[in-house]
Amino acid sequence: MPAEEVEVAISSDLDIVLARQKGRAMAIELGFSSGDATLIATAISELARNIVSYARTGRVLLKWIQGSSRVGILIVASDEGPGISDVQQALRDGFSTSGSLGLGLPGVRRLMDEFGIASKSGEGTTVKVKKWRL
Amino acid sequence: MEVPILKQGAFLIATFQAALSDADLNHLRIGLVQQVVRFRSRGVIVDVTAMDVMDSFASRTLREIAHIIRLRGAETVIVGIQPEVAFAMVQLGLTLEGVATALDLEEGLAYLNEKFKTTN
Amino acid sequence: MAKRESGSQDSATQNSGGGALAHTEASSELLRELVAHLRQHRTQLREEWVSRITETRLLTAMTKEEIFAEATSVYDSYVEALETETFEALQAYARNLSERIIPRGVETHEVVGIVLLLRDVLARSLFAKYQTDFKKLNRILDAYEPAANRIANTVAISFVQERERVIRQQQEAIRELSTPVLQVRERLLILPIIGVIDPQRARQLTEQLLRGIRTNRAKVVVIDITGVAAMDATVANHLVQTVEASRLLGATVIVTGLSPEIAQTLVTIGVDLGKMNTVGDLQGGIEQAERLLGYKVVPSAEPR
Repeated sequence: MPAEEVEVAISSDLDIVLARQKGRAMAIELGFSSGDATLIATAISELARNIVSYARTGRVLLKWIQGSSRVGILIVASDEGPGISDVQQALRDGFSTSGSLGLGLPGVRRLMDEFGIASKSGEGTTVKVKKWRL
Repeated sequence: MEVPILKQGAFLIATFQAALSDADLNHLRIGLVQQVVRFRSRGVIVDVTAMDVMDSFASRTLREIAHIIRLRGAETVIVGIQPEVAFAMVQLGLTLEGVATALDLEEGLAYLNEKFKTTN
Repeated sequence: MAKRESGSQDSATQNSGGGALAHTEASSELLRELVAHLRQHRTQLREEWVSRITETRLLTAMTKEEIFAEATSVYDSYVEALETETFEALQAYARNLSERIIPRGVETHEVVGIVLLLRDVLARSLFAKYQTDFKKLNRILDAYEPAANRIANTVAISFVQERERVIRQQQEAIRELSTPVLQVRERLLILPIIGVIDPQRARQLTEQLLRGIRTNRAKVVVIDITGVAAMDATVANHLVQTVEASRLLGATVIVTGLSPEIAQTLVTIGVDLGKMNTVGDLQGGIEQAERLLGYKVVPSAEPR
């Protein structure tokens, strides 16, 4: 039976690869197209990468979710790291960014359907994103 | 993970695999430059056909590789980016600016050959 | 279902979302008894169900053997769901089943119909078994009904979702057919875009184009937007992304048919039109493409 929920502990660059592989597998199980599975895996990679870069350790939770008439995937990337002091700033960028700067959060938001972030300086960060199967 | 680097005349061909960790990519960057120096290569083809995800670190590494290799007088071309991966990359804003790209190995070789015909 | 006293209700709660049903210990005990009964009389109950299906003329698209085979799987999944009080396996099975029978022309009312028939067949057998103990019958039904309804729900929803997915796929295929990526010369693709583009269609066009570049080994793509009425910032961004993604595949994009309004939109969102290859009309674009194809080199984007 496929797992509806998977949590991957993140503490090294190897975990980034693991998290995105599991994300892709779950997306395929959920019936996402190959293209969407790539988007999901890429978003997970970026979120897990942020954890390693800024917080050293954290976790990525991958979960099946159900709407009124659709299914999707929920990804929660959380850590107890330094947190983001100016969340608004981190979310701001134009479409023509080179993407090598900062946290890549605007990019992750573009990849997914729903995006939420809670972060406080000194208290860690939690990013929640969802993608619905079309 | 060992990434095979083959010598083809004046060029090197590095074939990236899927699931390369950051550490793998870092080793690769160093290894490739060493080989360019060793063989005095004129061009490098990095084949990423097998990569199913290209994130910001991979993108940055490729750009750095191209930059360092250019400082050594050689040209880099990235080949084999999959359509889905390209789509995800541009959503993230990763455009590999400043790095030449081609469809596949054949096109990459054609590109390098043409480039060295015109610059010689 | 027969009328009965509304006795003490068990604290069984019905969820339509995820998660198992909440039960008191007593009702779990009853479910176990019920499941044992259903397993014991499996052959007989299943046959009864299959004949009810044929009687009511459901699943006419399937042969008797097929109905029987599927009935066996459905029955077992049904009982398993009752036993484990979880529905993931049932959901997975229902999706799988739907995938198989939808192409056969089976419709929603048939699927709902047969599941309800099974519910009734099983309920009747419970009446028969516990007819001498009315209190017990009530308690057994209290345990059975929410679970049975949840099962019917799960199967119906899975079927409908699968149907919707198939319809979406068909719509996608139709959309693809109606906006062909044309190969006019070797290594040259033309993508004429006509009409209104919503973000979903824009994305689909991009994916189609990228696949086309790969399949046709295109080195130049001419995207003609003469026929596009208006373009908002979102779709304009898609255009920019399409150009960037095409370059990653080694193809140069020439955009033709840019109206002054659309050019304005692009400038407003920060696109440097100097960096985008634009030509006035399609013919001019094709000519430039051919000039480009005279050279084998695909230039890298200007470094910042």
